[in-house]
Amino acid sequence: MAETVQRLRGTFFTLNVNSLLNLAGGIAVLVAIIATLQRVFESGGTYFFQTLGFGLAQGAIFALVALGYTMVYGIIELINFAHGDVFTLGAFFSLAMMPLFGLNPSSSGAGVILPLLGLFVITMLFCALVNITIERVAYRPLRHAPRLAPLITAIGMSSLLEGVMFIWRGPFNLAYPDFLPEQQLSLGGGITIAAKAVFVIILALILMVGLTFFINRSKLGKAMRATAQDRDAAQLMGININRTISATFFIGAALAGAGGIIYGLYYNSVAAFDGFAYGLYAFTAAVFGGIGNVPGAALGGFMIGVIAAMSDGYFTVAWTRPLIFGILIFVLVFRPTGLLGMRVPEK
Amino acid sequence: MALLEISGIDVFYGRVQALHGESLEVDQGEVVALIGSNGAGKTTTLRTISGLHHPVRGTIKFDGKDITRSEPQNIVNLGICQSPEGRRLFTRMSVLDNLRMGAYTRRNQADIKKDMDRVFELFPRLKERLNQIAGTLSGGEQQMCAMGRALMAKPKLLMLDEPSLGLAPILVETIFQIVREINAQGTPVLLVEQNATKALEVAHRGYVLETGNIVHSGTGKELLSSKEVQTAYLGM
Ligand SMILES: Nc1ncnc2c1ncn2[C@@H]1O[C@H](COP(=O)(O)OP(=O)(O)OP(=O)(O)O)[C@@H](O)[C@H]1O
Ligand SMILES: [Mg+2]
Repeated sequence: MAETVQRLRGTFFTLNVNSLLNLAGGIAVLVAIIATLQRVFESGGTYFFQTLGFGLAQGAIFALVALGYTMVYGIIELINFAHGDVFTLGAFFSLAMMPLFGLNPSSSGAGVILPLLGLFVITMLFCALVNITIERVAYRPLRHAPRLAPLITAIGMSSLLEGVMFIWRGPFNLAYPDFLPEQQLSLGGGITIAAKAVFVIILALILMVGLTFFINRSKLGKAMRATAQDRDAAQLMGININRTISATFFIGAALAGAGGIIYGLYYNSVAAFDGFAYGLYAFTAAVFGGIGNVPGAALGGFMIGVIAAMSDGYFTVAWTRPLIFGILIFVLVFRPTGLLGMRVPEK
Repeated sequence: MALLEISGIDVFYGRVQALHGESLEVDQGEVVALIGSNGAGKTTTLRTISGLHHPVRGTIKFDGKDITRSEPQNIVNLGICQSPEGRRLFTRMSVLDNLRMGAYTRRNQADIKKDMDRVFELFPRLKERLNQIAGTLSGGEQQMCAMGRALMAKPKLLMLDEPSLGLAPILVETIFQIVREINAQGTPVLLVEQNATKALEVAHRGYVLETGNIVHSGTGKELLSSKEVQTAYLGM
């Protein structure tokens, strides 16, 4: 009897603390939304849609990078800290490969489409090969080691890649050619959106839809899902898990490499250490959507992109980073499974 | 020469030895039961056959080929598939996708379709629940799905690790009936069971494992009527 009372009291208090915190969180979100709305109305529709377009474009890039984090986490429960740098490497490598495709800073018009396509293919392949090499030398030998070990080699690999890019091109921002059209597209009613943003969003969506089809339909995609859900059982079905894990690193890095080019084309500038902060944003996006969950990473990417853009545009840039990492902490504490986290029993 | 020949394998988990010079055989057409108390090494035996662990000493031969050091995917390719302990379904996939994963190494779609129909004949329940997410199936349905999935590999040797565990008595009866049927259709079965009586009734032959050593072997009938086996494992 006394025990029951104790237990009931326990649940009562934990419930109370939790619901209070939830309430506080809810109020904070509400206040933020109201404050934003007020500023949105003050600044007018044109500015809002410009900010939204920018947010969606940067969110599309976050999403492309977040997918690699989430896929790798899903299959080997490792946060591949080098992933953000593989993304920057995509921008660096593509910059170096441009002459090979006859591209230079003054190229423009429809003539760049084909060479750009070639640039995407070769960069995605290059990043993919780098990433599967990283898995092969830095993670696979540690597969049965304590969880902390590959995390440390991941940070090591991240530093290594940053170091290589730093030595290669120096610490400064590199100019990335501006091939994309500059005009504003009219959406009617005086609302416009930058053609550049539309291009970025559409390209990212195409890549994401392709990935989704691949994962849901192809045999290798199914092997990836099976390995993520139960590695031993996957092996018992005859799945070569080493090859499947390599494929995961391959695809994640190919998307990151594409993201690197898109980043360069959109911002027209890239530096050796960009991948660090960008990678953390993308990682936050992956956690926000539910780490290990592919549609979640895409959704999280767009949401983080829009939230960051709104914070930049309506408040101050200084607040954006604390805000994003505040979200990361909030999600990790209150909803570790993220927005679209798994709700089906694991086993 | 038997279909599966295990001779004198030692298997370790780190420094702990789980199997001590274990030897056993499964022949064409047989149901062979492997019984023993908790922790005896039954699951370890099946996992080692499947290549998830490798023995330090001894050899495993299947169909005349040495598979002692083979990788799991190659062993599946050769025709050994198991329904593992705890079922281990892909819980976030549908029943249909789970069954398809079972046929992962196969290419001939018409053949796969035929085996799918065979699985539905054995387990009509699965057909009704094809699009249900496997993690939401009942325990009994999960067991059927796991067995069906293993059958989809069209194995030359089917291994079942405690298929009756945690099932209602009537379902246990059904499962053993199905084991008989699978065998009658021509597939040899290596059956690991806690339910020793039932297993030995179904099996042509059996082995009794005790802390990693085979301590008894014989036909199902012999073991069922052995005094020692009765007191230690059959609860008589
Ligand atoms: N991953 C592991 N690491 C260390 N020891 C293990 C591991 N798996 C099994 N063991 C040990 O190996 C021995 C045999 O275990 P195994 O799972 O093969 O037994 P079992 O006969 O299948 O038992 P049960 O009937 O309970 O399933 C046990 O002593 C067990 O504790
Ligand atoms: Mg067992």
